[in-house]
Amino acid sequence: MILANLAALQVVIPLLAAPIGIALRPATLAWAWATLVAIAAFACSVGLFLQVQTGGPISYAIGGWEPPWGIEYKVDALSTFMLVLISGIGASVLLYARRSVEAEIDPPRIYLFYVAYLLCLSGLLGMVITGDAFNVFVFLEISSLSSYAMIAMGKSRRALAAAYHYLILGTVGATFYVIGVGMVYMLTGTLNMDDLARLMPQAAGYRTLEVALAFFTVGLALKLALFPMHKWLPDAYTYAPSVVTAFLASTSTKVGLYVMIRVFFTVFGAPYMTEGIPVADVLVVLALAAMFSGSAVAIWQGDLKRSLAYSSVAQIGYMVLGVALISVAGMTAGLLHLFNHALMKAALFLALGAVFLRIGSVHIQDMQGIARQMPITMACFVVGGLSLIGVPLTAGFISKWYLMLAAFQDGRWWLAVLIVLSSLLAVVYVWRVVEAAYLRPRPQGAPVATEAPLSLLLPMIGMAAANIWFGIDTSFSMTAAEAAARAALGAALGTGGVQ
Amino acid sequence: MKDALVIFYDHWNYWIFIVLMMIGFYVVIARGNLVKKLVGLNIFQTSVFLFYISAGTVEGGTAPILVNEDAPGSAAVIYTNPLPHVLILTAIVVGVATTALGLALAIRIKETYGTVEEDEIIDLDAEEDKVERAKRAAHDDGAGKVEGGHS
Repeated sequence: MILANLAALQVVIPLLAAPIGIALRPATLAWAWATLVAIAAFACSVGLFLQVQTGGPISYAIGGWEPPWGIEYKVDALSTFMLVLISGIGASVLLYARRSVEAEIDPPRIYLFYVAYLLCLSGLLGMVITGDAFNVFVFLEISSLSSYAMIAMGKSRRALAAAYHYLILGTVGATFYVIGVGMVYMLTGTLNMDDLARLMPQAAGYRTLEVALAFFTVGLALKLALFPMHKWLPDAYTYAPSVVTAFLASTSTKVGLYVMIRVFFTVFGAPYMTEGIPVADVLVVLALAAMFSGSAVAIWQGDLKRSLAYSSVAQIGYMVLGVALISVAGMTAGLLHLFNHALMKAALFLALGAVFLRIGSVHIQDMQGIARQMPITMACFVVGGLSLIGVPLTAGFISKWYLMLAAFQDGRWWLAVLIVLSSLLAVVYVWRVVEAAYLRPRPQGAPVATEAPLSLLLPMIGMAAANIWFGIDTSFSMTAAEAAARAALGAALGTGGVQ
Repeated sequence: MKDALVIFYDHWNYWIFIVLMMIGFYVVIARGNLVKKLVGLNIFQTSVFLFYISAGTVEGGTAPILVNEDAPGSAAVIYTNPLPHVLILTAIVVGVATTALGLALAIRIKETYGTVEEDEIIDLDAEEDKVERAKRAAHDDGAGKVEGGHS
């Protein structure tokens, strides 16, 4: 019974648990409830992953209404890959959250924070699991609205302005997506993604389809913060509470990329993407611009959360580059980087959250010599940083390596050169933190920091260890990413999912 | 010229959508007042609602309500496509929630900044940054002196 309905439970559990959380006022109780629910969601996604691995893609008709009329939940290798990642990060960040949230969010609002967190989680999971183009929009708004609320809970008043600007740009992006869906619906009369893919060849000649693709691209690029539509991201990540930054940085933009992959390759299909208007070429240029501008700006930021936010803009560039190569190798590299980047940014932002808890700032000047007082936290930061650069034996190396291989395979060797060059910029912005934290003395009169509490350290160490683990043993991430890439491109080429 | 007129006349509902959308979008970008921006965002979203609804309309069709199937001629009843209505009903709810959240943020911004004008907020933030930078520079000098004194 439970196993047959896992696809629905995946979204329904956090969605229903969120309003129940309103009744749980005490902060610790609210935290325990949210953590329990997130772990249940993680269990669901692992269950779905195993089911898809043994039994192939699952199609679940919500409410018993058969697709293409009803809303279909489509679980294939690509969606389970994303589900495991999102719910895994969601649960680990919550395990970490209790102390950090107590310190950074107004006590009377803490229970509401956990409600918003669960809503955001269910929205993200829903976007990934649904096979209905309009349903994606609904879940997109559930996750977006709750993330605006979470960002606004930051201590500084600038969090409010950051949340407001994200709200405006996020809504414009989501509305562009809806316009795209409307145009595709006008041409085909269906909203189910597989059904859209089936009817797409008949609509291929229409100008409306090209316009729809343009609206989809711009709308989703806003959501995933692709250069030059990333303006909302640095402020939102900088002023949001540490826990929110860690969660959103490792999940929200990734889901934006997932929806983009779905729209491009499931709905429009790889042939249309290569023969129609040159969207992929435009994306390659924007991705390269993101890689260099994001990393270059990151070097000059004093506030390390802001520095890492710009680094996220750059890293999104790598993922989009992989996807824009339109090959199984490129897509695999892009998805692998999506997975690995979620791990690195989680480790880095969790480490910064611990520093903020102890000294109330993450400015590079205030962190001088901090490594002597918080050795474990800074060790986790360094591991995340090495992975961000792409040093061998870390996860970041694997995905950049495959990205370069994909570029070579595509005959665009200069892309590989540019990937290496932009990685060198990452060396600079990670090194300056290492220099400040390890090589400088702790200034006199600076607050004395003690090592972070165990409840923060364990998830942080877990994330750092995952960065090393997936840098050495790539059997899980590589096979999952490759299967996911084949599922995305295979469906587009009409071969139907993973064989 | 005649062709252009025909294109305009045949698709006049879409032209209204485009004009409204651009008005809304312009207000979002050009206005500095945070509340006016939200009004622009609403116009922008509403234009998309009109786009969906007008695309689903069937000329001469009635409202999509259930007819008595036994009545003579009921099979021939033409009705407007109800699916866009349902979709837009959802989108309206989302739009209301977004506006509510946006206005709530605008109120909190007014409380903490004392203004809802974007350029004034930017100025206030810039001033804060300046003070912060000056403090850091002073702190740096002070720390340097203390270290120097000990060595």
